[in-house]
Amino acid sequence: MPPADHGTQKVAPWNDPKVRSIVFQFIALVSLGFFFYTIFQNTLANMERRGITTGLAFLGHEAGFGILMSLIPYDETYTYGRTFFVGLLNTLLVAGLGIVLATVIGFALGVARLSNNWIIAKAAMVYIEVLRNIPLLLQIFFWYFAVLQALPAPRQSIPFGGVFTLNNRGLYFPAPVPESGFSYVLAALVAAIIGVVLLVRWARRRQEISGQPFPVFRVSLALLVLVPLLVFVAMGSPLSWDHPELQRFSYGGGGRLIPELMALLWALTMYTAAFIAEIVRAGIQSVSHGQTEAARALGLRNGPTLRLVIIPQSMRVIIPPLTSQYLNLTKNSSLATAIGYPDLVSVFMGTTLNQTGQAVEIVGMTMAVYLTISLTISMVMNAYNKKIALTER
Amino acid sequence: MTDLKNPSLAPPVTTVGIMGWMRQNLFSTPLNSGLTVLAVAFIYLLLVPFFQWAVWNADWTGSDQSACTSGGACWVFINARMELFIYGFFPTSEYWRVDLVFALLAVLIVPQFFERFPHKGWIGFFTLTGFPVLVYFLLVGGSFGLEPVESGKWGGLMLTLVLAFVGIVAALPIGILLALGRRSEMPVIRTICVCFIELWRGVPLISVLFMASVMLPLFLPDGVNFDKLLRALIGIVLFQSAYMAEVIRGGLQAIPKGQYEAARALGLGYWKSMSLIILPQALKLVIPGIVNTFIALFKDTTLVLIIGLLDILASVQSAIVDPAWGSVSTEGYLFAAFSFWIFCFSMSRYSQALERKLETGYQR
Repeated sequence: MPPADHGTQKVAPWNDPKVRSIVFQFIALVSLGFFFYTIFQNTLANMERRGITTGLAFLGHEAGFGILMSLIPYDETYTYGRTFFVGLLNTLLVAGLGIVLATVIGFALGVARLSNNWIIAKAAMVYIEVLRNIPLLLQIFFWYFAVLQALPAPRQSIPFGGVFTLNNRGLYFPAPVPESGFSYVLAALVAAIIGVVLLVRWARRRQEISGQPFPVFRVSLALLVLVPLLVFVAMGSPLSWDHPELQRFSYGGGGRLIPELMALLWALTMYTAAFIAEIVRAGIQSVSHGQTEAARALGLRNGPTLRLVIIPQSMRVIIPPLTSQYLNLTKNSSLATAIGYPDLVSVFMGTTLNQTGQAVEIVGMTMAVYLTISLTISMVMNAYNKKIALTER
Repeated sequence: MTDLKNPSLAPPVTTVGIMGWMRQNLFSTPLNSGLTVLAVAFIYLLLVPFFQWAVWNADWTGSDQSACTSGGACWVFINARMELFIYGFFPTSEYWRVDLVFALLAVLIVPQFFERFPHKGWIGFFTLTGFPVLVYFLLVGGSFGLEPVESGKWGGLMLTLVLAFVGIVAALPIGILLALGRRSEMPVIRTICVCFIELWRGVPLISVLFMASVMLPLFLPDGVNFDKLLRALIGIVLFQSAYMAEVIRGGLQAIPKGQYEAARALGLGYWKSMSLIILPQALKLVIPGIVNTFIALFKDTTLVLIIGLLDILASVQSAIVDPAWGSVSTEGYLFAAFSFWIFCFSMSRYSQALERKLETGYQR
């Protein structure tokens, strides 16, 4: 009986996994290509029929519409391209502020949820369970239409401690006006920051060598506050305040937070904070109690236990879901369009699209912006995550 | 043996009963005592006016604005516009069709909450496959002697449920395929799936809905036209399937490698080993995740009001600007919030219970 010849046995090509996988992938590529080609042809034909010229040339044309709020100079005579940047900056503004506020409130709530004070823990739980089960858009509407729009008119404004003024046109506050010499204060602040960074490095090296701890936190705080303050006083307080004044119909001068921004920011913060609180709770609970006991056995007090043992370990669990909450907040800021806060979607994908009809270009650009923001945030957070991840030996 | 002469003393009053509980949970340290007092004061200041407004001073009966005189909440408004909030502009004579769908949905969902209900799996399977077809014929009409109702007249709670349900039912199979594709060994398939998933996960749902409403008509050949509801549904399904894929991928990754190898060893091909061995286990693992995605989708359906569909929030929004009523926006929003909260909260409780159950089942 001849030995079975397994090695050279011929497999029919349609049963060979390699051949099959190549054929499958080829078919997938071709059908995808055909799909995009059809869409492309249809789009070209449709746009031609509607008399829309393709291309990005429209970005150079005059926009001719005003925008409620802009961080950069803008009026009707600027181009459509400029509206893109106005919207983008407004989106980044509300997302940045929202991330900071939601993180602070969320961490506080997450800790409160674990408090051994029953009423605090229950109150935090009720907050979380109510807020995260109600659609964000509904919350935005509530704050905007039911609360802020119902505020009194400018003549009957509500004052806050003589500094802030609240009415249905927004929150007015005194705006700082830097005078000559203020740049020295800013320079002092930058110098203080650099000093703190150097101090932290030096303190860490000293502790590694000699084991002697250094009160880094208190000294850095003193540096950050005192140095700019001293320069500020030495320069003769080069800062004045521009107070808002009641004019005929509304307030003029000073700074103003428009109600659209307030409602959006408030709702985004409250909503995301509820999610962050749950993440923080899960993170803290993931560190086993044995860690606390071990730290106590080493002689660490409450503060260092929390700072050096518990928080670093829980951050490992907290960071990945926290990243996706930041991304959600950024994407959710596009709900601005529902109440008219001039963010990217509202200005560019709304007004500009309606005026120019360049649907493909505008939707594509807007989506590309969000994709870039998403990918950048997740890349940064992934790098940070890698740095603090458990290194297994 | 108990010592009769010196019986053990009762524990101090301050450590047992309500006093002991309060000492331990509310006033354990000076800081905690202060926090408790502050919290109680805050809750008192917040809740008492709210209940006065919403319950004691509220107007419950009547038919129009004139019934709201007491200065509290005007719940008459909700009562009067209830039909709009539930059925949208569905013809009154056809309400029974929507009611039938609601009833069927309830009947199909209830068994899922019981531990051992006969044929629970098959009922679930029918809910995801046969039921949507049935709903289509019932709501769209035009066949079996039912009067056709165009989708422009759909609205309220019914539209919200349709959007969420279709979104999840259609996204599930697409999500499974995408998740499998992302873990495939074929580079082209994998790249396509990764690009698709990351694209939709990276952009906000609003921009997807905008795309579906303004760009989709451009993509279609001349003469083909989708109505607004269908376009929104396409956007939602594309968006949702990407999220679904990531949830399912988590389940696939949790299956030990031995299961894949065992399936191979049995001589099963790719599709058979996936459908008979891997997916049943993986899908069971991710049911809580799927429910959570469904909750997110359910809340996200409110976004369709931006492209002009009349979901429950949009119907509330349109009712509160009605000049026949005074300022009833708070009542309207509270009603909408409460409806969403009931659905989402019960679903999240369900998913948590399921998670606990599965967790014990998988530990060794």
